[in-house]
Amino acid sequence: MIGWLKGLIREVWRDRSGQIGLILVSLILLMAVAGPIIAADPNKINVAERFLAPSLVHPLGTDNLGRDLFARTAEGTRSALVISLAVVGASLLAGSIFGVLAGLLGGIIDRGLLVIFDIISAYPPVILALAIVALYGTGYWNLLFVVTILFIPQFARVARAQTLALRNQTFIDAERLLGLPLHHLVWRHFIPNVIGPLIILASMNIPVVITVEAGLSFLGLGVQPPAASLGTLIKDGYIYLNQSWWPTIGSAMTLALATLGSTLFGEALRDAADPKLKGRVRP
Amino acid sequence: MLTMAGAILLLFIIIQFVPGDLITIMLGPRATPELREAFAERMGLDRSVLERLWVFFSHAVRGDFGSDVLSNRPIGDIILEVLPHTLQLAFAAMLIGGGLGVLLGCIAALRPGSRLDSFLGFASVAFITTPSFVVAIFLLLTFSLGLHWLPVTGAGDPSSLTDRLAHLVLPASALAIGWIGYIARLMRASLLEVMSEQHIKMMRAYGVPERRIIGRFALKLALVPLVTVIGLGMGDLIGSAVFTEIIFARPGIGSLIYNSIMTRNYPVAQAGLLVLVLVYVCANLFVDIINSLIDPRIARSLDLRGSG
Repeated sequence: MIGWLKGLIREVWRDRSGQIGLILVSLILLMAVAGPIIAADPNKINVAERFLAPSLVHPLGTDNLGRDLFARTAEGTRSALVISLAVVGASLLAGSIFGVLAGLLGGIIDRGLLVIFDIISAYPPVILALAIVALYGTGYWNLLFVVTILFIPQFARVARAQTLALRNQTFIDAERLLGLPLHHLVWRHFIPNVIGPLIILASMNIPVVITVEAGLSFLGLGVQPPAASLGTLIKDGYIYLNQSWWPTIGSAMTLALATLGSTLFGEALRDAADPKLKGRVRP
Repeated sequence: MLTMAGAILLLFIIIQFVPGDLITIMLGPRATPELREAFAERMGLDRSVLERLWVFFSHAVRGDFGSDVLSNRPIGDIILEVLPHTLQLAFAAMLIGGGLGVLLGCIAALRPGSRLDSFLGFASVAFITTPSFVVAIFLLLTFSLGLHWLPVTGAGDPSSLTDRLAHLVLPASALAIGWIGYIARLMRASLLEVMSEQHIKMMRAYGVPERRIIGRFALKLALVPLVTVIGLGMGDLIGSAVFTEIIFARPGIGSLIYNSIMTRNYPVAQAGLLVLVLVYVCANLFVDIINSLIDPRIARSLDLRGSG
């Protein structure tokens, strides 16, 4: 598994846009991890220094309360990464379990799960998330939960398709004839065989989750103040646009670069894992 | 149909299980008992859950959403008033996205592997990944507040076509930007695939000029796969129009749902969501039908699935 991943990264580096993606992702990661060490306190208010332009002390300027925008953007980047990894991880796990079960058990369970996935996909994702978060409260966990549910069907469909392809292979038949229990089959063969394509799908979905989270936070339904998120930073900047546009520029550029970098990286990763898919636009 | 019924049921469940007492939320804590009772009766809250579910379903099927308790107007009218704005926005965005996307995709496919091609490829990814609300803010900043070329907010004077178009340009462009990149990539891939087919090679061997091959023959074939995408795109655009509508303060179904959720006007939000899901599902169904017309194999698989 580790060797496979190492090979993939080497393959990604060989591709030009993969290189750009890897560099951008590394920069974003560095900002998220090292931000709190090198930057000022993101919540320190200094009204005398509001709306400063970028300088050496404040690399991205300051906001309407004189808070350091570099520190806040770093904090926002970190929360975007944490949320997207958590959401993608949780929906990958739940999706692969549901998908493998649907594919293995078949019958009414399979059909029922498919109908539920269809129903979830029948809603425009952003609107459903918006409705649920707005109605049930804007907590951090609510946000994670709702966005995870939105992303489960995709993963489950891929896992189900993989399982169906795998189910009729001879080595599975052999294990069945040996009388090995179902959970053994699931954990030993189906999950490991299904996980590869799902990891690729997960890497492609990280920028999508970042965008959804930023969008909800922009509407005031995601991460709540005083905690910073790229979406709330852009919203705050948007409110004070006529006084200074530095707050908007810094956070919006960071968001755009984060989604661009992770998309380029994800696509290069997908091409490296399965050269047949090269040039496909979306999973 | 099953999906649609399930979607309606999910919506009902979501609204039913909202924590807190709906009457207190909508009327405030100081409402008199008589007022609360009258309100409950009007909203149908005094009946059982199953009864309400039945009322909800039958009304939804008939398109009768009752009247808004706050403004006393039929909710159907409110939605019909804002829906055209969203549809116009989505169509305009699709027009921009489709037009520019096909153009850029063709330019990239003319010289695959060239500098221009790889630049366009990179630009397409950048277009796809930049969130539409970020684009909307930058467009607003540059063209409305900076250069004063275009109006800032609203949908424009309904009687003047030019005014309405001027109000449409920026939001539609912001909404379209991802689709420009997406369609450009699809178009490039599709055109390259068509260009490598035998009959095109034959034409080239006969000495037909490249421009004529593309313009007269290849382009038409390459556009076929786009039909599906554009159909799906309409649903997606209508659903994601909410950000653009809010930033540009345009009336629309997205901003209606957002505002009514924010003001806790649940019946309007419910009806708005229902209409939106209906449009979304219809767009998907439309794509399935178009696809099965193009490729009969899909029609058979649709029958097998049976859930449409």
